[in-house]
Amino acid sequence: MDRAATAEKIAALIEPFNKKGVEITDATTFAGDLEFDSLTVMDFVAAIEDDFDIIISMNQQAEIENYGQLIDAVVKLQG
Amino acid sequence: MTDLFSKFDPLIEQRRALLATGVTDPFNLVMEKVISPTVALCNGRETILLGTYNYMGMTFDPDVIAAGKQALDDFGAGTTGSRVLNGTYAGHRAVEEALKEFYAMDHAMVFSTGYQANLGIISTIAGKGDYIVLDIDSHASIWDGCKMGDAEVVPFRHNDIEAMEKRLKRIPEGAGKLVVLEGVYSMLGDIAPLKEMIKVAKDNGAMVLVDEAHSMGFIGPNGRGVAEEQGVLDQVDFVIGTFSKSVGTVGGFCVSNHPKFEIMRLVCRPYVFTASLPPSVVATACTSIRKLMHAGNKRAHLWENSRTLHKGLRDAGFQLGTDEPQSAIISVIMPDLERGAMMWEALLHEGLYVNLARPPATPAGMTLLRCSLCAEHSAEQVQTIIGMFERAGKTAGII
Repeated sequence: MDRAATAEKIAALIEPFNKKGVEITDATTFAGDLEFDSLTVMDFVAAIEDDFDIIISMNQQAEIENYGQLIDAVVKLQG
Repeated sequence: MTDLFSKFDPLIEQRRALLATGVTDPFNLVMEKVISPTVALCNGRETILLGTYNYMGMTFDPDVIAAGKQALDDFGAGTTGSRVLNGTYAGHRAVEEALKEFYAMDHAMVFSTGYQANLGIISTIAGKGDYIVLDIDSHASIWDGCKMGDAEVVPFRHNDIEAMEKRLKRIPEGAGKLVVLEGVYSMLGDIAPLKEMIKVAKDNGAMVLVDEAHSMGFIGPNGRGVAEEQGVLDQVDFVIGTFSKSVGTVGGFCVSNHPKFEIMRLVCRPYVFTASLPPSVVATACTSIRKLMHAGNKRAHLWENSRTLHKGLRDAGFQLGTDEPQSAIISVIMPDLERGAMMWEALLHEGLYVNLARPPATPAGMTLLRCSLCAEHSAEQVQTIIGMFERAGKTAGII
């Protein structure tokens, strides 16, 4: 799946977690802009993992701070 | 210069605001005198202890005390050395023998604390390229063990068998897998469906480590823990435990039937690079563990206490962490930290000590009043405790 298609799927997946309706760009951060706490992160990551059938380990999550980095990581993890 | 402490400012402010309300600092209590496993003197007042891990009340057992005193006389105050150098005395071997008998397992390795047992075993056995699949509500020592090692760390939703299975199935073929579970989760006092979870782990080629810190001595026909209770202890590769709960002193351990287990003593850094436990501590632990093998009556009384307190608090209108009592921990859910601290203080004024637990120790940002029962609590004390909760709950506006 290319970056555009991956981004489209992730945009749909993040919607229920974006409770405050923050406008999301590649630079949007999860901890700062979206104010995700650790449980929200776990549920959001689980939703992506289940949809793409991949694992995003905590080690990999530590490298992902913003939305653009997440899309890049998911593109890469799909091989 | 950047002040390295500025990262703690939010916590400093939260603490300042809490104490500014005039509430007693819940994280700074001093026990001036400990009268028994269930009573201590706090602020000059006799206080019932309902927030210790002294589940089996072994801290004042006369045989345990006598063994500790004798070891002090015979072996001195401390070993001043690592287990692999000058820090293994006869008592360290004896307590490992007692653990092997207690669990009916081939190998036992004693650490200086339970925290170090998780830290050491997890970080050492799961290395680069391996995967650790663990429950999101795992204890800090498990998380720190994961962080200290080089394995990929994959958490799943608390006690969610399907979520665990999905993650195991996605792990690349050929990678080593370790599933880490706990018997009793100490914040809410709930137990894990180990039978189902361990089957899934084994079906997917994973080794299994179970932390039975809060179940040892109490749960299971021989007090070996939740895995024994559910009939799957023989499927567990590594049991982690502690001396600082039912055993009544301090120290940690891992027991295992793995044929190569003894190599851990040379490669596990939190075992090697620290001083071993004092002779008096291993002597008290050894005596206590041997007595816990034959503590069926105490176990039965502790279950009675747990059921009575759970029912009493639920009937009084408190919201509890579990629908049924599953362990010796009964967790009372507070609406927020401020009212939790008020309730905690009201209980202390009644003459009752419980644990105030709050994030990050608790799941889902909850504030909890955690009650842990002791086999030495009398039935009468449990009724007194329920009365104290009712009065304090009204004072603090919780019920």
